[in-house]
Amino acid sequence: MSQDVVALRATGITKNFGPVRALRGVELELRAGEVTALMGENGAGKSTLLKILNGDYRPDGGELIIDGKPVTFGDPADARAAGLRVIAQEPEIIGAVSVAENIFVGDLGRVGYNRRALLRRTREELKRWGLHRVIRADALGSELSPAQRQIVEIMRAVVSRPRIICFDEPTSSLGDEEVSLLFALIRQLQAEGTAIAYVSHRMAEIFQLADRITVLRDGGYVGTELVGETDHDRLVRMMVGRDLSQFFHREPAPLGETVLELRAVGNQFVDSIDLTVRAGEVVGVAGLVGAGRSELMKTIAGDYPVTTGEIVISGKVRRIRQPSDSIRAGIGFAPEERKAEALLLQRSVRDNAALVVLRSVSRWIFVRPRAERALAQDYITRLRIRTPSTEQLVGNLSGGNQQKVVLARWLATKPRLLLLDEPTRGIDVGAKSEIYAIIDELAHQGVAVVVVSSELPEVLGISDRIYVMAGGRISGEVTRAEATEERILALAMDDEVVA
Amino acid sequence: MNAMTRKDTPVSTTATSPKTDPRGAPEDDRIPPLKRFVTAIGVQNISLIIAIAIVVAIIGIQNPLFFTVPNLKVIGTAIAIVGLLAVVQTIVIILGALDISVGSIAGLTSVTSAMIFTSTSSAALGVLGAVAIGVACGLVNGCIIVFGRVNPVIATLATLAAFKGIAQLISDGRAQGYTGADPFFVFLARGTLLGIPTLIWVLVLVAVLAHVVLRYTTIGRNIYAVGGNNIASRLGGININRYIIGVYMVTGAVAAIAGILITARTGSGQPISGSEGLELQAITAAALGGAALKGGKGPSPAPSSPSSCSGCSRTA
Repeated sequence: MSQDVVALRATGITKNFGPVRALRGVELELRAGEVTALMGENGAGKSTLLKILNGDYRPDGGELIIDGKPVTFGDPADARAAGLRVIAQEPEIIGAVSVAENIFVGDLGRVGYNRRALLRRTREELKRWGLHRVIRADALGSELSPAQRQIVEIMRAVVSRPRIICFDEPTSSLGDEEVSLLFALIRQLQAEGTAIAYVSHRMAEIFQLADRITVLRDGGYVGTELVGETDHDRLVRMMVGRDLSQFFHREPAPLGETVLELRAVGNQFVDSIDLTVRAGEVVGVAGLVGAGRSELMKTIAGDYPVTTGEIVISGKVRRIRQPSDSIRAGIGFAPEERKAEALLLQRSVRDNAALVVLRSVSRWIFVRPRAERALAQDYITRLRIRTPSTEQLVGNLSGGNQQKVVLARWLATKPRLLLLDEPTRGIDVGAKSEIYAIIDELAHQGVAVVVVSSELPEVLGISDRIYVMAGGRISGEVTRAEATEERILALAMDDEVVA
Repeated sequence: MNAMTRKDTPVSTTATSPKTDPRGAPEDDRIPPLKRFVTAIGVQNISLIIAIAIVVAIIGIQNPLFFTVPNLKVIGTAIAIVGLLAVVQTIVIILGALDISVGSIAGLTSVTSAMIFTSTSSAALGVLGAVAIGVACGLVNGCIIVFGRVNPVIATLATLAAFKGIAQLISDGRAQGYTGADPFFVFLARGTLLGIPTLIWVLVLVAVLAHVVLRYTTIGRNIYAVGGNNIASRLGGININRYIIGVYMVTGAVAAIAGILITARTGSGQPISGSEGLELQAITAAALGGAALKGGKGPSPAPSSPSSCSGCSRTA
C-alpha cells in the first residue's frame, strides 16, 4: 500500500446556484489505498461535491488536483479519462439488454461487439470482485433487483480500473449479504491502491470501513478526522450546530382532543407506525432522505394503502382507501413535490385554489365564477399570495407563492389535520417565515399540523413534538424541551433500526 | 400523462405579460384594441384564419362557383362529420389521452343504425341503437385503459382494428340497408332549418354543449385538472378513473352520431368507406385548434376553423 500518495485534492471548492451557496470552500483529500468517508446532514453539500467530481457541475471557485496536476472537467467523460469514477446512488439500467451489456455500455462502440467475448469478460470480472454468486452476466436489466442494479453500477466503474472511486450511499439498496460483498470489494480496491470516497449516513459502516472522515455542514468544510481518534458523538456534533436564530420560534398553542392516531400502521413502505397528533399541535417528522417520511404522509392521505394497523381520526376508526376518503375525514395534504404532485401549472390561481372545494362554489354542476373568484381572492389576501390577479397562471408564480396556493387549496376545505411535506423546500427566506407564521396561526385556530422537514433547525423551531424516522419506522419521539439537533440526528442514523 | 420534474423555482418575470393572461390582468385598458382583439382570438387561430382566407381566395378566383350558396352548404356538410369527431377528440386530448378508435366506432354505428332501421323500420330505434353501441364502445375503451392499465393510444389503436373488424363481420363487408327513403334520415342528410343544413346544426349543437361543459361546469374543470396533473387531481380527491371512462363513453356517443350522419348522407350503412381515416383528421383538427397533446390545455370552443380549412381544400 502506498498510504501517503494523495490521489485527489480538492481545495476551496465553491458552487452557487443563483443566490443559494451550495458549497463554500470545501476541502477534500483522497489518498491512494485509503477510504475517506464523507459525512453531513441532508443538504450539507455532499451530492453537489460528488457532482463536481463527476464533471456534472463546474465549480465556481477552487481547484481540483489529481496526481499533483490541476484538472478541469467539462463533462463526466473528462472525469473518467482522468481515472475518476463516481458511482450513482440510483443507477440507470437498460432493461432490455443483459448485465454484460449494461456494464460495458460505454465501450461497446469502441471495441466492437462480440457477445460471447463480452459475456466471458463479464464473468471474469464478476469473479474477480467476488460478485459472481449474486448476479448473472446474461440476466436482463429489467430482471434485476435494486441491489443487483447497484452492483451493475459498481461494476461499470471498477472494470475500467480507475484510480479514484466515489461511492454515494451504496448500501442504501443493499441487503446484508450484498453489503459484506461490497465491503470485501472495497477492501480489494484499497489493496490495489485505489483512492476511495465513501458517502454514507450509517455510522457503523463508516467506522468499519473508513480511514478518515471528512464532515461538511451547510455547504462548508468542518474538518477531517482520523477514524481512530474520533467517535460517534464527536462526529454528530461536527455535523450539527447551525445557527438557530434565523428560524422561527413559536409559542405553543393550547392542545385539544387527539385528532389523528395511528395504531401500528404499516404497508410496503412503513412499518408499525404509532403516532398521535392533537388539535392545536404542530408535530415534526424528522429523518434522513429515504427514511419513509413522505411515504408515511401519503399513507395517511390515502394515496398508499394501509395493510396493517388502523387510522383513528377524532376517536373514530376510519378506513382510508383513497385520497377522497382522507379529504372527507378532514385531512389536507401538501406533498413534497409541489409542481409534480400538487399544482396545475397551466391553470390559474383561482382554479388551483378551488380544486378540492369546487363543489362548494358551484350550483349543481355549474361553477359560480363570482363565488370562486371571491374564494381565491380571500386566500390571496389572507396568505398574502403575491399575484397580479386571481387569473394569473400558477406556473408564473415564485416557489413561495406556489406553496401558498397549495396551502390555500387545503385551507379552503377547513381541515382539522394538515400534512405538510417539506413545506419550505426551495423557497426563499422571506416566504419561509411567512409559511411558519401561517402554520403557527393554524395551530392556534385548533388545526392539528404535521410537518415533515429535512432541515433540523426548521423542525426544532416550529414543532411542539418531534417523531424521528429511520428505515420506515419511528426510531424515537422527542418533546420540544428535550429536542436537540444531536439527539435527532443520532435517532435518524439509528443503525439498529436501519439494519 | 404528466412527468414534470422539480426544477428551480421560477421567477415571475412573465407575471404581467398580457399574452399569458388576457383575462384578468389589470393592464387591460392600456392595450390597443387591435392587440386585444388578437389575444382574444388567440395568435395561432389568427394564422389559421389567414390560411383559410388565402385558400378560399385562391379557390374563389379560379372557380367562380365556389362562393355560391349551394357550394358553401356542401362545404358545411362535408366538415360536419369530421368536425363532430374533432370536438370530442379535443375533450379527450384535454384529459391527457387520445382516442384513435373514433373512425371505427363511426363505421360500426353507421352499419348498425342502418341495419336496425331496416329490420325495425324505425328511425328512432336505429338512432338509439347506434348511440347505445357507441357508448358501449367507449365503455370498452375506458375500461381497457383504466383496468387493463394500457396506454390510451395503444388501447384505442387495438379497438380501432377490433371495432372495424366487428363492422365488417356483421355487414359482410358491404353497405347495409337503405335509409334514403326515410324522412328522418333524409332530413338529417339534406334538410335545412332556418336555411342552414341539419348537419351543421348537429355540429353546432354538440360544439356548444362541449364548450359549456368544459368552460362552465365542475366536470369540465376536473377534466382540465386531470389532464394538467393527474397526481395532483388524485390527491385532490378527483376520481380519475371515472373521468376517463366517462369521457370515452361520451366520445363513443358522439362518434355514433357521426356514424348516423354517414348513414344518412350515403343512404346506407357503411362499415368502412365513410369513416376510414376520420380519426386522424379529427386529431389533426383538434391539435391545430390548440389542444396541447400532453393534456390539460386546450380551447373549449369547437376547433371548427381547422376542420373548415381542410374541408375547403377537399371540396374544391
